[in-house]
Amino acid sequence: MKLETMYQEIILDHYKNPHGKGLREPFEAEVHHVNPTCGDEVTVRVHLEGSGADAKVVDLSYDALGCSISQAATSVAYDLIVGHTVGESFEVLSAYQEMVQGRGKVEPDEDVLDDAVAFAGVAAYPARVKCALLGWLAFKDAVAQADENAPELEGQA
Amino acid sequence: MTALAPTTTGATLDVEKIRADFPILSRTVRDGKSLVYLDSGATSQRPYQVLDAERHFLETSNAAVHRGAHALSEEATDAYESARDRIAGFIGADDGEIVFTKNATEALNLVAYGMSNALTSDDPKAARFRVGPGDEVVVTEMEHHANLVPWQEFCRRTGATLRWFGVTSDGRLDLDPSVITERTKVVAFTHQSNVLGTVTPVEQIVAMAKQVGAYTVLDACQSVPHAPIDVHALGVDFAAFSGHKMLGPSGIGVLYGRRELLEALPPFLTGGSMIELVRMEGSTYAAPPARFEAGVPMTSQAVGLGAAVDYLSALGMENVHAHENTLTAAALEGLQGIDGVTIIGPRNTESRGGAVSFEIDGVHPHDASQVLDDSGIAVRVGHHCAWPLHRAFGVQSSIRASFYVYNTLDEVHALIDGVRRAQDFFARDGVSL
Ligand SMILES: Cc1ncc(COP(=O)(O)O)c(C=O)c1O
Repeated sequence: MKLETMYQEIILDHYKNPHGKGLREPFEAEVHHVNPTCGDEVTVRVHLEGSGADAKVVDLSYDALGCSISQAATSVAYDLIVGHTVGESFEVLSAYQEMVQGRGKVEPDEDVLDDAVAFAGVAAYPARVKCALLGWLAFKDAVAQADENAPELEGQA
Repeated sequence: MTALAPTTTGATLDVEKIRADFPILSRTVRDGKSLVYLDSGATSQRPYQVLDAERHFLETSNAAVHRGAHALSEEATDAYESARDRIAGFIGADDGEIVFTKNATEALNLVAYGMSNALTSDDPKAARFRVGPGDEVVVTEMEHHANLVPWQEFCRRTGATLRWFGVTSDGRLDLDPSVITERTKVVAFTHQSNVLGTVTPVEQIVAMAKQVGAYTVLDACQSVPHAPIDVHALGVDFAAFSGHKMLGPSGIGVLYGRRELLEALPPFLTGGSMIELVRMEGSTYAAPPARFEAGVPMTSQAVGLGAAVDYLSALGMENVHAHENTLTAAALEGLQGIDGVTIIGPRNTESRGGAVSFEIDGVHPHDASQVLDDSGIAVRVGHHCAWPLHRAFGVQSSIRASFYVYNTLDEVHALIDGVRRAQDFFARDGVSL
């Protein structure tokens, strides 16, 4: 059934037990994003070491109010980003964004996406794409604010 | 259920017959599920009678109205003006008190901008609308953004102060008498909340406003489609509603204004069709309603809305209201019978219309609506363009079911089953959320 395709166990697990939730110090930038159509909100802080694509994301801390998809997506983002470089994180984000915006026509690359591949089912529901991207795009924004040498995200204007 | 069969008292509607008029209702969604459309509060569906009227107009008489003297132009103008007459009759207004706009949002902005344009108008009649620092505009906490943000902007432009009536925990207006004062110049409020379903005491608020000489602006988006409305009897100065929420087309809305006030209100949008005389140095403006209808207007939409009010009039607005009341009562009872469901708004049908918003413990509205959607049930989720109201209730978002002439008790039961299913789905495998 389609519904279960979107609500994978792993998504519900992250929703129930989010990883890395809570706002922590230190951080170089904090951003607050809302989805104005539904009111979902997320606050994201990043703590970077270094600059540019090679900067390491030492911490990504967040507080969020929202549906299972937005909450779980932010929790998975935490897992996939912390300890990696900004360049690597942006590569995952690009692939992830392409997948969820792909209307089901994009074959996800599991090697790049790891657990985030669980969100492939969201692509069938355009109304939920914003939920799946809320935390990730907040992260991207926070990096841009924290580091003026932050790389551009692939495929972004 | 027999409640929906036509009865000799005429208190309800022949829903089966009505449904046959709405082609979209027979389609399926999400792998063959029958569509259960419970989102008419956002936009309603259109019957053949409306679709056919638009098509017939376009096939036979399409032309720019109020321009040119050829046969089609005359027919188009007649069709447009005839729609205006019938819409006026539908809400108890006179000819010349109905202005066509794009939607209710534009109609409300027309009033707000018309009034602030009075500050720079050289028409002495416009002086009555002048508002400035020290003056106050009163709205309510249950407004749709369409009747809130234009007044926030109005206050910013004029220097007036925005005040508002709060909302009680049972979803009624808290009509604190200290809110409307001698300083109040405008009272803008909704007739029926698009979230809570609450019907506000219009006469009482109008009386409060009249006592201090303030203009009243009624957001009638959720009342005109659902109950008999007589704007003269209500005594409001202005009222706004949208065609697409009353079986009519999108792209057309209505501003009602008391004739005397429309005569004095400066224009909002300017250009062709709204002028009296144009010279290079300056222009004078046509009498209302033309003064407020700049540019070539939407014509087939006006014709379609005319057909929609004919359709509703034939059903009888008393019957429409009674039918929705039956559905609302069933929904309120069914939803309150489910553990973990909380209604946001009045819990019975007294002074209440057919928008039922609720929360489900532990299931985010977005997720719940996804499960409902999977069963073919269309509801609205989010803050329904009433963010301050949701904040007042301490909720981030809610689920709203809204009913109209074509909905059945079976559909209400489908909603209730769907809510149970959403609870089960998110509690599955012991995942208690
Ligand atoms: C109470 C209320 N006011 C105003 C509006 C705005 O209507 P529209 O978007 O058609 O201009 C709506 C509909 O969304 C509404 O429900």
